[in-house]
Amino acid sequence: MASAQFVADSEVLLDVYRRAALLKANDERARKVILSGQIAMVYYSYRGQEIIPSVMGHVLRDDDTLCTIYRGIHDMLGKGFPLRELWAELAGRTTGSCKGKGGPMHLTYPAKGIMVTTGIVGSSAPIANGLAWATQLDKADRVSVCTFGDGASNIGAVHEAMNLASVWKLPTIFVCQNNLFAEHTTFEKMTGGGDISKRAEGYGMPGVRVDGNDPAAMYSAFSEAVARARAGEGPTLLECMTFRFFGHNFGDDDSYIPPAQKAAAMAADPVPQLRARLIADRIATEEELAAMEADIEAQIDDALAFALASPWPEPDALRFDVFEQEIAA
Amino acid sequence: MTAAAAKVAKPTVTILAAISKAYHDAMAEDPKVITLGEDLADPEGGGIAKITKGLSTAFGDDRVRSTPISEQAIMGAAIGASLAGYKPVAEIMLMNFTTVAMDMITNHAAKLRFMSGGQTSVPIVIRTMTGLGFGSGGQHCDYLEAWFAHTAGIKVVTASTPEDAYGLLRSAIDDPDPVLFIENLPTYFAPLAMELPDSSHRVPLGKAAVQVEGSDVTIVTYGRMALESRQAAAKAAEQGVSVEVIDLRTIAPWDKDTVLASAAKTGRVLIVHEAVKQHGVGAEIASVINEELFGQLKRPVKRLGGTYCPVPYSKPLESAFAPNAEGILAAIVDLAR
Repeated sequence: MASAQFVADSEVLLDVYRRAALLKANDERARKVILSGQIAMVYYSYRGQEIIPSVMGHVLRDDDTLCTIYRGIHDMLGKGFPLRELWAELAGRTTGSCKGKGGPMHLTYPAKGIMVTTGIVGSSAPIANGLAWATQLDKADRVSVCTFGDGASNIGAVHEAMNLASVWKLPTIFVCQNNLFAEHTTFEKMTGGGDISKRAEGYGMPGVRVDGNDPAAMYSAFSEAVARARAGEGPTLLECMTFRFFGHNFGDDDSYIPPAQKAAAMAADPVPQLRARLIADRIATEEELAAMEADIEAQIDDALAFALASPWPEPDALRFDVFEQEIAA
Repeated sequence: MTAAAAKVAKPTVTILAAISKAYHDAMAEDPKVITLGEDLADPEGGGIAKITKGLSTAFGDDRVRSTPISEQAIMGAAIGASLAGYKPVAEIMLMNFTTVAMDMITNHAAKLRFMSGGQTSVPIVIRTMTGLGFGSGGQHCDYLEAWFAHTAGIKVVTASTPEDAYGLLRSAIDDPDPVLFIENLPTYFAPLAMELPDSSHRVPLGKAAVQVEGSDVTIVTYGRMALESRQAAAKAAEQGVSVEVIDLRTIAPWDKDTVLASAAKTGRVLIVHEAVKQHGVGAEIASVINEELFGQLKRPVKRLGGTYCPVPYSKPLESAFAPNAEGILAAIVDLAR
């Protein structure tokens, strides 16, 4: 299904790797920080799913909007969420993007179009349609992306949203990251039909299943969906096949993931695969990539130090941001 | 006033007409005001009560959109458009249908400003109709305002006069935060005012109205029960009991100052709402009055509300379900003893 119209050249692949390396390093650091006790937080690892948002972040503009979910830090970092504001929010400090009021499940950064992070499965989709409606009203060519998992493909909100996007011809792109597990339950056990992308046909929109771990295929499919949306041709459902290396949330017993399946997926880790390809195809040298990765680690070091040195909010903050007008003391 | 003069001064303006004018004026004045809901554009008849009739013709299909019967999609689209700077008015046809969209309303519309640390806001109005009287039974006429009043981040408003309906809807649309605007369907068509308000008229949110002044008993109420309470107050006056009727207008956040001042004055308070009495808004108001005025009350605060059962169909049952002017009068007399 992927179109030959959009081909990932070496510049695309290098930028996708730069983003994917950041995502991978940030996830590894987050798990380490939780284990160290430096930050206590609810954390949903996205390790293994880095290529999808790295491609999205490369293709999208800052003014294109994103509505993502609790497993969504990769989506946000791919789109340029600044590390200091991210880590300070994870740490619950006043310098966090949401002043410590949102936390890991409600990260928000409108300057990069990161408008909503929801902790409710499937609820990114209906809101993305409203941002797309605003694009139509503005007579602009922004696109509105919502991401969700295979589990969310079975909740009503997503279906209501796909139908509305179709009948209103909205520039909404529905990105389903199918990591084969809905919380603890396998995809095939709870998802009728076995192919989420085919559901798009019922709503009268293109549906594409793509290997979300393949940067070139992902680039081609996502670019085509964006081009359609920008041209006013309506929504697309992309089902991006991937795999989640760890449990639903950090700390859960992931014994429900068959060990052989997990080992095979980790052996096919898409981030080092892309790295190897960049070197093999002479797009970058080992030294260049090592320097890039060292720089990413240094940026995360800086962000984490900034976060941990930042002040905690005062209880009085509870009176603010409930409404525009403060609640009386 | 003579009988002849009273005839000349008969009111003609309905709450329905006032809401409709508020809608038209808001859309005419601000291109950022947009609206969506089931059947509300002109090809679909301009809404089941014709409130939105003429809007799509006047302001275009982009700004005025009929939707599929998809309440989550409706609320999500309103929220998303508001995040991009628009001021959507979303109609959820009947209040019971908000249950289908509760996630969008309470988890998202009410919370996004706070959860984003004030980076985003959701300046939407949710218009919804309800109220018993048409024999529509258990799923089409509930008053569920307590659920929303209990959710931080959303304001809850309802009117019992055309002037207030106009002024509150305009203020709700102007407001930077989400507002649930509850409309009482059975009193839509009652002529209650002399003329339509002009486009500058506003009623501030959070401010109650003392609709009838009195000194013996305070009634705190809203919506259709304000109409019933005004009738009961007039009858009580004939019996020599002076009743003050306060229409909250904004149920959340409610006007404590006005209520407490009146309660301190009369020392006797009756709270009336159509919603089920148990765990209702009246419990919160009674509790605050007790906390603030314990020693000054002459009688315990009394509440009247709907019966603890689903709204029934059969006419005698439906009539028995909610308070009415007669029952309110009896409660007044009991309090004033």
